[in-house]
Amino acid sequence: MRELIRYLKDYKKESIMGPLFKMLEACFELIVPLVMAAIIDTGIRNHDRPYIWRMGLLLVSFGVLGLICSLTAQYFAAKAAMGFGTALRRDLFAHINNMSYTELDILGTPTLVTRMTSDINQAQAGVNLVLRLFLRSPFIVVGAVLMAFTISVKMTVIFLIAVPVISLIIYFIVKSTIPIYKSAQAALDRVSLLTRENHIGARVVRAFSKQQEEISRFEETTGALTRIQLHAGRISALLNPATYVVVNLAIMAILWSGGYVVDSGEITQGELIALINYMSQILLALIALANLIITFTKATASAIRINEVFHTQPSMCGGEKTGSEGDGEVPAVEFRGVSFSYANAKENALEEISFSAAQGETIGIIGGTGSGKSTLVHLIPRLYDTSEGEVLFRGRSIQEYQLEYIRSRIGLVPQKAVLFQGTLRDNMKWGKEDASDSEIREALDIAQARDFVEAKEEGLDLKIQQGGSNLSGGQRQRLTIARALVGKPDILILDDSASALDFATDAALRKAIKEKTRGMTVFIVSQRASSIKYADKILVLDDGRMAGMGTHRELMENCRVYEEICTSQLSGEEVQRG
Amino acid sequence: MKQKDTLKRVLDFIRPYSGYVAVILVFALISVTFTLYAPILIGEGVDLILGKGQVLFDGVLKIIVKLGFVVAATAVAQWLMNLATNHVTFCVVRDIRRKAFAHLEEVPVKYIDSNQPGEMMSRIVTDVDQFSDGLLMGFTQLFTGVVTIVGTLGFMLSIHVKITLIVVLITPVSLFVASFIAKRTFSMFKLQSETRGDMTSLVEELVGNQKLVQAFCYEKKAEERFQEVNEKLRVCGIRALFFSSITNPATRFVNGLVYTGVGIFGAFTVLNGGITVGQLSCFLNYANQYTKPFNEISGVVTELQNALACARRIFDFMDTPSVDPDPEDAAELKECDGSLELSHVYFSYLPGTSLLENINLNVKPGQRIAIVGPTGCGKTTLINLLMRFYDIDRGNIKVSGYEAGHVKRDSLRQQFGMVLQDTWLRSGTIAENIAYGRPDASREEILEAAKAAHAHSFIKRMKNGYDTVITEDGGNLSQGQKQLLCIARVMLLKPPMLILDEATSSIDTRTEIKIQQAFEKLMEGRTSFIVAHRLSTIKSADVILVMKDGNIIEQGNHKELLKENGFYAKLYESQFAVS
Repeated sequence: MRELIRYLKDYKKESIMGPLFKMLEACFELIVPLVMAAIIDTGIRNHDRPYIWRMGLLLVSFGVLGLICSLTAQYFAAKAAMGFGTALRRDLFAHINNMSYTELDILGTPTLVTRMTSDINQAQAGVNLVLRLFLRSPFIVVGAVLMAFTISVKMTVIFLIAVPVISLIIYFIVKSTIPIYKSAQAALDRVSLLTRENHIGARVVRAFSKQQEEISRFEETTGALTRIQLHAGRISALLNPATYVVVNLAIMAILWSGGYVVDSGEITQGELIALINYMSQILLALIALANLIITFTKATASAIRINEVFHTQPSMCGGEKTGSEGDGEVPAVEFRGVSFSYANAKENALEEISFSAAQGETIGIIGGTGSGKSTLVHLIPRLYDTSEGEVLFRGRSIQEYQLEYIRSRIGLVPQKAVLFQGTLRDNMKWGKEDASDSEIREALDIAQARDFVEAKEEGLDLKIQQGGSNLSGGQRQRLTIARALVGKPDILILDDSASALDFATDAALRKAIKEKTRGMTVFIVSQRASSIKYADKILVLDDGRMAGMGTHRELMENCRVYEEICTSQLSGEEVQRG
Repeated sequence: MKQKDTLKRVLDFIRPYSGYVAVILVFALISVTFTLYAPILIGEGVDLILGKGQVLFDGVLKIIVKLGFVVAATAVAQWLMNLATNHVTFCVVRDIRRKAFAHLEEVPVKYIDSNQPGEMMSRIVTDVDQFSDGLLMGFTQLFTGVVTIVGTLGFMLSIHVKITLIVVLITPVSLFVASFIAKRTFSMFKLQSETRGDMTSLVEELVGNQKLVQAFCYEKKAEERFQEVNEKLRVCGIRALFFSSITNPATRFVNGLVYTGVGIFGAFTVLNGGITVGQLSCFLNYANQYTKPFNEISGVVTELQNALACARRIFDFMDTPSVDPDPEDAAELKECDGSLELSHVYFSYLPGTSLLENINLNVKPGQRIAIVGPTGCGKTTLINLLMRFYDIDRGNIKVSGYEAGHVKRDSLRQQFGMVLQDTWLRSGTIAENIAYGRPDASREEILEAAKAAHAHSFIKRMKNGYDTVITEDGGNLSQGQKQLLCIARVMLLKPPMLILDEATSSIDTRTEIKIQQAFEKLMEGRTSFIVAHRLSTIKSADVILVMKDGNIIEQGNHKELLKENGFYAKLYESQFAVS
């Protein structure tokens, strides 16, 4: 939490004024029992009616002042806490945007989403509570003890014993329940997991007729959860009775010893009542503090998770070059002895890869899972940096280019067809911010998406729901291809991006790309031999190494891995026809 | 469902614990009464300590002893009440969850298909939690609150009627203030939660697809869009936060007024000899205690309403119809020869829009049926009907001579081995997953199945081998590995009929070869339905079902269909469009 405090620096005034006003309010509250004592001792004893009225008025004005202070404090706290949350969110978002793929792999995007949302909300709530209450409760406790001190030094001893005892009770109960609550949370997570699992896997569960087993598994889990909750409940059920007993023991002690000090004339009856009142105030304040500690623990856990993200520093910085130098003579992309390993991985995902792709060529990439196909194409727009060797774009190392420039020249169509909320036009503009409708239509045309888009009434204004759920898988995939084509990139990368298309559409797409995008270098990663067999050059990857390179015909003759793949997928006749 | 009905059903869940509920009520009554009695004792004690030389020590001692008993009894009663409340709360929650989950296993697949898993989780996890917090905690608070109010009133009236009247008259002001604020803040909260929702979905989209954002250099635009929502949230957040936090100080202010009122009029009454100073201190004490439950109750009522709303959502789910139970005379399908017959089958997902129409198909034991067609042509519909995930509208399906509608569903499903494109594995070890259909299988049998499915080699290389725990949805396995495990799972059962989905999209070629070999082995001598992607599979099939727009439009083997020169021929030719 301490590290995040800096986000309050724009709200210094608010962060100081908030607690200050809160303490001021507490002061007014602390005076009340004394005024009451005065009413009893002076007003009643002397039958001074005007005095009682004056004191009553004083109490009301204290109430009004307290209300004003309290409202001011709440306002400052709300302003500071929201400001804190907003600034923190802004910075964390910007920080995440600066990360490279390597860091994203390590942290994982789903957890980044929770940290961006619920963790920051928790931290924000924590700040708000701290500003409002964290100082108030201890202040009331200390204040009440001090007030008791002004009334009677001897009687304060009772306070000095009772306060630590209550604090200890609260401390131990909170401390011993927090870990139990954590394990309850873990059990609850398991309940969610089973629910989710049985919803997604409903077909399989039914196919195997395992409903009864799944139900008993769930019953076991909920049983365990209930046991943990009851265990935590048994401990926290002690909190109220235990503190109640201690406070009342203290009050009994005040009554007993109060008898002696009043008898000897050291304090008055009214002051005795005031002492009892202070005791009750302490109890309330400490209980509020206990709740606060629980909220604060949650906020601290969230703060730790947020800081983890901040501590992950981006490992990549871009170069300065933008323009290209060479012309058609220079290869569009060249790999020179490239090896690459993912963070935390023991083995290289790519080993000594060298090849070059001329402008306008189509390069097919094929190979097994984990053979490094996707990794290879991710290196082209510098989404990762190589461990060894060099990747060149138009004869120059990609590290020398600005990241924005290199990425705007390369259109990537990822494996997963993701679209964003907004209109279809908005989505297309991801590739080129100022793309005109005719540019977009042209891209849709090549991506075989024009027909279905035009069949929709709204056309380019079609609203796309979150995750593109109002489109079929094949439609989404074609739109992601169009999105990459809008900016007319020099290089197009299709990372297994036609898997949801049927054979006919897949073929038409390849044909259109070939005919309508002259000069564009195209990389096609695919599982289907039929998708890449007409490429100018085919790279065959096996376990991160280049197992073969050449045309379909060449590879059929000299690359065993390639031959194996082809014969498994195509009939003999088709293999020959290539 | 009306609120009253919801409440009634909630009570049905609580009924098994009515003993505990009685304990709660009795001890709540005891603890509240004693809590209220303590200030009277303290007041009596104060009255015995009048001033210098005017202290009756004997009386004070007696009162202290009495107070000691009262406090001890209060504490014990409170503790027992807490324990009983916990017990009822957590057990009712457990029971509701179990019932809801059991229902989840019984609803038709149709319901599952039309609902998101997230919704189900929020029913069974979040809603049930909110319900327990709201209803049962609210219930005890409401009860103790009411008892406290009534009790305090009684005790106060027994001391002095007029001062009691002051308390009774001023207190509702705090209720009034609280509800006034609540009304005003409602719209602010709504705005805040809407804005927060917008922000969450933006974050989910942009951060969730951060890699894409970077590949398209969309960072700056993303930050702009985010900052816009962020700023909006800040503005409405401050308002909502501030106005909601007014409630506490405002009601505290009203409490202060009550306290002052009691102080002033109490003092005058003392002067007139109506009450003693001790009784005044007791009144002051009550003034605090009396207003507190009022503040709480206004919160409790909203909590209760919220809890009932949650309960209603859970009950709504529980009320969705289960699958029709098997007819009583349903036969157990034991011996299955692998023959299958569809005659005049009609089916549609939505009444009115026809899908499958008059489908006839005759499958002999051991035949291979390939299902082909473009994406979204409804290949899974057929699987849904064969497995009776959905029931046909008209016609009939005969399995091994038995009418499918007249055998027990479970026994019918056991005749099929199913490997789908969505490879589902449950959380647990690899061995547990392979033995899913036969939990009593020995380690040898599991190993054998894994070997036959070509899964043994990768399992062997994992850190804990067969005891490696698979994380949610097989997160630590590749798609191909998951599929191999699904094959091994079926391999262990050796069912007479198979339903396979040759999903090639996310599996690499080498693994695919292994999967294909595993499939081959699995299909030996078994009737198989294959959602086919590979030409080799299609060509070697005994029957090819060509599907388009949800219906079977052509039927026959490769040669016959080519001769027909219909849709299949076109599909086949399109393979060679680029050359």
